[in-house]
This record gives sequence, C-alpha cells and structure tokens, in this order.
Amino acid sequence: MTRFLAIASTELAILRRNRWLVMVTLIMVLFALALTFAGSAPTGTLGVDMLTVSVASMTTLSVYLAPLLALMISFDAIAGEAERGSLGLLLSYPAGRGEILMGKFAAHLSALGFAMAIGFGSAGAVAAWFGGAGAESLVALGRLIGTSMLLGAAFLVLGYLLSALAKSVTAAAGMAAGLWLVFVVLYDLGLLGAVVFDAGGTFTQKVFPWVMVANPADAFRLWNIAASESVALTSGMTGAAQALPAWAAPLSLMIWPVIGFAAARFVFRRVEP
Amino acid sequence: MTEPTLTIEKASKDRGKLRVLSDVDLTVAAGERVALLGHNGAGKSTLIKTVLGLTPLSGGAIRVGGAQPGSAAARRATAFLPESVSFHPALTGREQLTLFARLDGAAADVAGLLDRVGLSEAMDRRIGTYSKGMRQRLGLAQVLLGRPVVALLDEPTSGLDPVSRQDLYAIIDELAAQGTAVLIASHALTEVEARTDRIAILRQGIKVADDTLANLSQAAGLPIRLRVRASGDADALAQQTGGRRINGASVEILCSPAQKMDALRRIAAMGDAVADVDMTPPRLEDLYRHYAKETVQ
Repeated sequence: MTRFLAIASTELAILRRNRWLVMVTLIMVLFALALTFAGSAPTGTLGVDMLTVSVASMTTLSVYLAPLLALMISFDAIAGEAERGSLGLLLSYPAGRGEILMGKFAAHLSALGFAMAIGFGSAGAVAAWFGGAGAESLVALGRLIGTSMLLGAAFLVLGYLLSALAKSVTAAAGMAAGLWLVFVVLYDLGLLGAVVFDAGGTFTQKVFPWVMVANPADAFRLWNIAASESVALTSGMTGAAQALPAWAAPLSLMIWPVIGFAAARFVFRRVEP
Repeated sequence: MTEPTLTIEKASKDRGKLRVLSDVDLTVAAGERVALLGHNGAGKSTLIKTVLGLTPLSGGAIRVGGAQPGSAAARRATAFLPESVSFHPALTGREQLTLFARLDGAAADVAGLLDRVGLSEAMDRRIGTYSKGMRQRLGLAQVLLGRPVVALLDEPTSGLDPVSRQDLYAIIDELAAQGTAVLIASHALTEVEARTDRIAILRQGIKVADDTLANLSQAAGLPIRLRVRASGDADALAQQTGGRRINGASVEILCSPAQKMDALRRIAAMGDAVADVDMTPPRLEDLYRHYAKETVQ
C-alpha cells in the first residue's frame, strides 16, 4: 500500500511540477466557458434551462478532449522510463509491476478528474448563474463529470498499453495519436458510411447500435444522451440511444478501463528493460 | 563461513540464436568486492539483468541471498546502479530518493544519504539541472538505501571525474565493510585493480578468468617489464643484459616473475653504467587483453 501511494504521490508531484495540471485545467475551463456562452442561444426555443444546453455542448467537447488529454499523460508512462534508463532500476525495487501501473493510474486519473471537475464545474456554475438550473440539469452536470472521468480512465489505460508496446517515446506518441484518431474520428465515420450504404436495413436496425456502443467514446455520448431527456432534446441524437437497453452504454464505459488495465499489465509484465 | 551471498551456477541465456551467456559460474561472498570485466557485448549487463530477475535465464540457476532472482525477497536484498542512469527531470534529488526509500520499505535518512554522496547542496534542485556526475551520485545514494545484501553496479564510474571516482570507491569499500556482496561491472581497469578482491572476466558470454589479480597474472605468465636507463652507451647495455633498446638512453627487459630478482641483481652489479631502473608488473590491461583475446579451448 505504501508503495502504491509512493508511486502515486510522485506522479502527482511531476504533473504539478511540469505545469501539466495547471495547463489542462485551464484548457478545460476555457473550452467549457466558450461552449457555454456560444451555445446559450437555443435556450428559449427548446424550453430548457441554460445549464442543460451547456451540458449538451460540453458532452460533445469531452468526447474529443477527454481521450486526448488522457493519452497525452499516459503515453510516456512506461516508454519514458525505459528511455531514461530508470525502468530497470524501478523494477529492481520490491514494488510489483501491477502496483507501479496502479500508482501511476491513480495519480493520472485524479489529475484528470480535477481538471474536469474544475472545468465543467465552473462552466456549469456560470450557466446556472445566468440562465438558471434545475435539479435535473445539475444531475446531468454531475453525470458529465463522472462519465468524462470514466472515458479518461479508458484512454489512460490504453495509453499505458501503447507505452508498454512501443520501443521508444516517439513511437508511443505516434501510436497514441493514431489511437485517438481511430476511436474518436474514424470509427464514427466508418459507421456513418456503413449506415448510409445499408440504407436502413438489418445492419442499421440491429447491429449498428451495438457496434457503436462498443467504442468507449460513443458509449460516453450515448450514456449522457440517454440518461437525460432534455440533453437528448438539445443534442438531437436519440435514435441510437433508444435502440439499446439502458445498461449497454454504462457497461461499455465501465468495462473498458478494466480490460485496458489488464491488457496493459499483461504487456508490461513482458517488457524487459 | 555461510554459503556465498550471490551464487550463479551454469547461467545461460539465449537471445534468438545468439548465446549471450554460456554456463557462467560466479559467486560473491558477503563483504567481497568482485569486478566483472569484459568488452561491450561480452554479457556483463545481461548477467546483471538475470541476477535482478529482469530477464529470465535459459538455463542454470541464480540465488540472491538464498532467494530466487526477481522474487520480493531478492528484490529487497538487492541494490542496483544502472549504467548512466537518469531520472525524471521534474523531480528534485530529495523527492526521487524519498520515492526509492518508500519503495524499499525501510526507514531511511534521505538527507544524510544525499549528503554522503555530496549532493547536500543540490538535493532540493530539479534533477533536470544536474550534471551527469551528479545523476550518477544520486544513483549511488539509492544503492546505499536499506543495507543491501547484494549490490550490483553497472559501470559505476562512467561520467565521473577522478575525485568523484575516489569517493565512489570509498563508498563501495564501506558497503563491503558492512557485509554487502558487491559486483562491479567495469571498463575502468586501473581502478578496479586496487579496489576489488577478485576479478572475473567475461568473453562472449563465457567466463574466461575468475581469481585474484596476483593469481591471474601468475597463471597468465605475463612478463614483468624492467626499464633501465643507461648513463653511457645504451647499445652496450642492451647487449650485456639481453634487452632491447627502446630509445637513445633506455633499454627494456622482459622477464618472468621468477627471473625478476636475478635480473635486478645483474643490473645492480653493473654499477655506474646504469642511471635508473623502473619496474612495471603486468597491469590489469595486459591481463585483460590476455584473457579476453585468448581463444577458448
């Protein structure tokens, strides 16, 4: 336990020291505020409060930003140590590899969670102050922060997996960029193409929603939309969410960090420094 | 005497078709300092990695203080200094060493250790501002954590200035004095010579020598070099002694350790014809070259 805490507190110190935490929190606040003000126009026409609209816009933001920030932190985790020559030394200490990975994960996730809570929270507070907020929109804000952390967690562990697979930091960075592009951009484009090609056939009806929810980024989107009617209303994306049982998106989003961590640990075990 | 602290028996390691280590036997007792010499790629670092449990053996066995390499007990018992190590540049020396102390699980006087390796001024500065020698000292400080049973030092002097090297060997002596078995992989032959109890030489994954310096030089039969400076005619002196003139005034004589006193007596008997005599016993360099180049039968 002390070893896990030692790793985690050291990793947090590094994130604070190299300004990573400050920069990411700042990015989150700025983006969230910008979206909240830019997206405040449709409030009247849809008959929902400003916080609801703000959460809907921030959900779209988080789909892109949470995986990106998570990968930016995690791609260096193992490859960086290996390149500095400190991995062998670290592994010669009694801490197990799973323990090392868990310590880094705890630190990285809490840093990510801090940035998201501050960023989304401050934008939410501004929206509530200017445009009002109900109990439902506050729950939606809390859900947004929670699911964003889960999405971040999924991409953190995928970053460790790449970092353990890569032979160098540069390769790990390149693989992380590719992974982001595939999960966040190309996956949806591919699905869109398939749906257009299928023209409302069996694929679109039966298979498509499941394929979509298998991607953590889409599961995140679906969860936030399906859980709140007014968020769904403002985002205009209800079709896929209704085709699936309510547990599908939460299950996908919760299982990704677990599977990813197990895979990263498995590959890390085989790394010879 | 109990069993040796570090025992390596018939250790073999294959990387693909290449045999990196081949039936290497090596023991280091508590308080003993053993130098592990060899060219680049001779298998020194691989041997150290197998002792650390970082890479599995293809054959043979290793015991670290009675434990399997890589086991929790073995890792607690071992200290390791990697070759030209570096740490996260954003941390301070004190933070980095505190992390290692907490991973080690033993209470440690972090500031005291940093002071011991000469980093007391720099301990609260970022490692990014350290010189290579300072990073090496920080690496050495973590070796001293928690009274290791076995210490493995991979090229510990690389990047150190001569004064720091003296400090390093003083610290190694301290380690040995407190009962740590020390294995030093090195290229810096001249220092290892005076500072180790035993020398093992690896050549292409095979141990070609393992003994004290004196025994090794005797077994190698390397000549002692006598350099005689003539006060007058160097050619005449060369003829008289059976040596070889190497410059205007000096003659070099090669003789075996057994003939050494004989040769010295003859030179002394020549009286005024000889101005000066220098005697060079075979150095580790000669020895190393002898054992590292010798074809293995």
